Amino acid sequence: MAKELLNKKDIERVLSRIAYEIIEKNKGTENVCLVGIQRGGVHLARRIAEKIKIVEHADVPVGSLDISLYRDDLSLRRDHPVVRKTDIPFDSNGRKVVLIDDVLFTGRSIRAAMDALMDYGRPACIQLAVLIDRGHRELPIRADYVGKNIPTAKKEKIDVQLQEDGFQDCVQLVKAKE
Amino acid sequence: MNLKHLISMRDLSRADIHQILDTASSFKDVLKRDIKKVPALRGKTVVNLFYEPSTRTRTSFEIAEKRLSTDVVNFAVSSSSVTKGESLFDTIKNIEAYGVDFVVVRHASSGVPNFIAEHMDVSVINAGDGMNEHPTQALLDAFTIRDHKGSFEGLEVAIVGDIIHSRVARSDMIGLLMLGSQVRFVGPPTLLPPQPPPGVRMYYSLEEGLTGVDVIIMLRIQMERMNKSFFPTTADYFSHWGLTKERLARARKDAIVMHPGPMNRGIEISSDVADGPQNVILQQVTNGLAVRMSVLYHLSGGEYHA
Amino acid sequence: MPKKLYIQNGHIVDPSQNLDGPGDILVEDGTIVSVDVSSAKSRTKARPAPGEAHVFDAAGMYVVPGFIDMHVHLREPGFEHKETIETGTKAAVKGGFTSVCCMPNTSPVNDSHVVTGFILNRAAETAVCRVFPIGSITKGQRGEELAEIGCMHDAGCVGFSDDGKTVMNSLIMRRALEYAKAFGSILISHAEDSVLAEDGVMNEGSASAHFGLRGIPAAAEEVIVARDIILAQMTGGKVHIAHVSAKGSVELIRRAKKDGVNITAETCPHYFTLTDMAVAGFNTAARVNPPLRSDEDVAAMKAGLADGTIDAIATDHAPHHRDDKLVEFDKAMSGISGLETALALSLQLVRDGVLTMSQLIAAMSCAPARILGLPLGTLSAGAPADVTVFDPKPCWTVDSQQLISKGRNTPFHGMTVQGLPVMTIVGGNIAYSL
Repeated sequence: MAKELLNKKDIERVLSRIAYEIIEKNKGTENVCLVGIQRGGVHLARRIAEKIKIVEHADVPVGSLDISLYRDDLSLRRDHPVVRKTDIPFDSNGRKVVLIDDVLFTGRSIRAAMDALMDYGRPACIQLAVLIDRGHRELPIRADYVGKNIPTAKKEKIDVQLQEDGFQDCVQLVKAKE
Repeated sequence: MNLKHLISMRDLSRADIHQILDTASSFKDVLKRDIKKVPALRGKTVVNLFYEPSTRTRTSFEIAEKRLSTDVVNFAVSSSSVTKGESLFDTIKNIEAYGVDFVVVRHASSGVPNFIAEHMDVSVINAGDGMNEHPTQALLDAFTIRDHKGSFEGLEVAIVGDIIHSRVARSDMIGLLMLGSQVRFVGPPTLLPPQPPPGVRMYYSLEEGLTGVDVIIMLRIQMERMNKSFFPTTADYFSHWGLTKERLARARKDAIVMHPGPMNRGIEISSDVADGPQNVILQQVTNGLAVRMSVLYHLSGGEYHA
Repeated sequence: MPKKLYIQNGHIVDPSQNLDGPGDILVEDGTIVSVDVSSAKSRTKARPAPGEAHVFDAAGMYVVPGFIDMHVHLREPGFEHKETIETGTKAAVKGGFTSVCCMPNTSPVNDSHVVTGFILNRAAETAVCRVFPIGSITKGQRGEELAEIGCMHDAGCVGFSDDGKTVMNSLIMRRALEYAKAFGSILISHAEDSVLAEDGVMNEGSASAHFGLRGIPAAAEEVIVARDIILAQMTGGKVHIAHVSAKGSVELIRRAKKDGVNITAETCPHYFTLTDMAVAGFNTAARVNPPLRSDEDVAAMKAGLADGTIDAIATDHAPHHRDDKLVEFDKAMSGISGLETALALSLQLVRDGVLTMSQLIAAMSCAPARILGLPLGTLSAGAPADVTVFDPKPCWTVDSQQLISKGRNTPFHGMTVQGLPVMTIVGGNIAYSL
């Protein structure tokens, strides 16, 4: 049982708004860079960077971050996740880093991402942008930019499908199986 | 991949090997950072149990372990504790009582990693057992080959030297055949198996054996072999099976030359080849770190499926 | 307790008298009084009166001359933690053996009549079957000087061997063969060229290549077999090749016998049952010397037994302590605890049509008696009453922890086998009954 929460158009609008908010909050794009969390966050980061460019005519550097090695559940998982590419093609020291992820849930991934990011340098600040905030935080973490707040039951699943991975853009709520 | 131990290349499927190499690529990036350490294996303890002297492999494992934030204990088995007569069984039961997660073992007897896996509740990584296997060396060799050649399918790989006593040759052979490469053994008949293993071609002539190959893996020649009449003198060996510039010219122009180290210049390899543009020996060393990190990472899984 | 024992309705197989059929045996005062394989009806008349004899009904079972194992290690004196004469002979009778010949590699080595005397005294005190010592060929089994072959012969040694080692010096072997002729003694050759075998730990071949273990070529056995055939021919001495394992050895012995050389041979159940693949997983229970070999060699052992090239089946019972096997494969002691599994494994040869039952009984009883010159291995009237009764039908699973022997080192652990000794009679006494 899947229920559509956002369609292609909705996602575009939401990302446009986040792009504007980033520009607004940082009073432009100076010193701003985007870092997407593998995998969905990386696609969203690139899209937001394009939208910022259209508005501000400025290139915002985009990096990608794999957090597998920083997860707090590694010793519990039997099959370890594939470690994907981490590519921060700029010096993050003193930068305003906007971390970008598709879904904010327990907050544990963001904790891992911040630790990973710190191993690449000392940013001036870290901000967080997410497409969906579904609640159920287990750590004191809050997003600076939220595409859509969606109350969920803990067992439900949010499925973000993006065209970069060969899908039609959409966000679905998948009901827990009884 | 659901592996507890890495004892033999036969423990791995083709997909497993590729997954280990893919992950190793990511670790290679980590090794280029300023902060080269990741917290992946925080709180885990590794014992390096080396019954044979080995500076290179032990150092490589130790650095890989530390880069992954494990606690590392080097259990160097000195000759004195062997003479004290403690059995291997008692030694490993003692180590088990410390509550460790991994044992990386090097031993002169084939099968010791299996023995430890059977009698001790830890993940065992084989760092070389007798003349049996040395799987992390085979994986780093595969990584280096893939780095240079892109894939394994149809590659001609010549393994040259003391094949029968070499755990590197055996693990390389198993891995490369699984990955789809063609394997040749080259060396004097005294150092080759009496029959070629399935899928392997054997050459007594280095000139013939190197003709048209993409990859050359040179093995170390040990002096003790000479004393046991496997060949008469190092000069006699070098004049027939030493890798020289002229012989290297028989291989494909873009062939790479590998060696597990340490090299004997003037015995199995000439200096101009050892220092030449086709050798990738130092890359093997760096790749060894990344591959060993990848192996530790993949073996450190817990109890439930995510 | 009646002095007579009457075993009735069993299937009697006694190759020494060409008997093969249902019948009854009467034993009295430790001696076989009569064997009757006439018709069931006429046998009823000979049956002892009630109370006069202990009557055992062996219907469905085989009744045969007691098995003689010409190659065991009882480990006493010196290695009593591995086995003693008492535990070893208890294992023997459970396996259906009424006599065992114990090899001299004890500590001290049985290289003098003093040690021989000690063994025979201990046997008189503790053994439950007959024990025949084998003396060493050379002092301390060092292969350098002859041991006191004459005195040991007088003290009761039935043969001589440096088993566990080969007499590598051909001159010493020549002298030993010549000297032993004076006493009609046989030399039992442990055939393995120790230089050629180097530091191998299993058979050299595709399996050793697969497992990454150092190999011992079959040639290491074959060259010594060839040498000993030549020396036997030259000296006219008697040579018995112990535990033949290689195809080439069988071929050499076959030709030598054709040429009239005074040579006999034995093999062991593991050499016709297992191949070197049993070493899989670095299983030290499968480490044995000579090593388990290939399929071809296994087939050659069967063919050799079938055509009589190999005269006897011996166990090479080599019990070891757990600590001797719970080590690196390279360090593990060689040997298999074999007395209690030998019959079931050997019966497989009959079930597979390799041997007739009569041939099997000859290999396990008559041939060893003949080779060693023992007045045993027969059910003829007047012979010592050494009788084995076994049931060929029951299937059972080998459990190393259930062995009577102190040596639990068996590669057959967990294997389901068929056939079980039911009663072992030594000199008219029931030494074992199921």
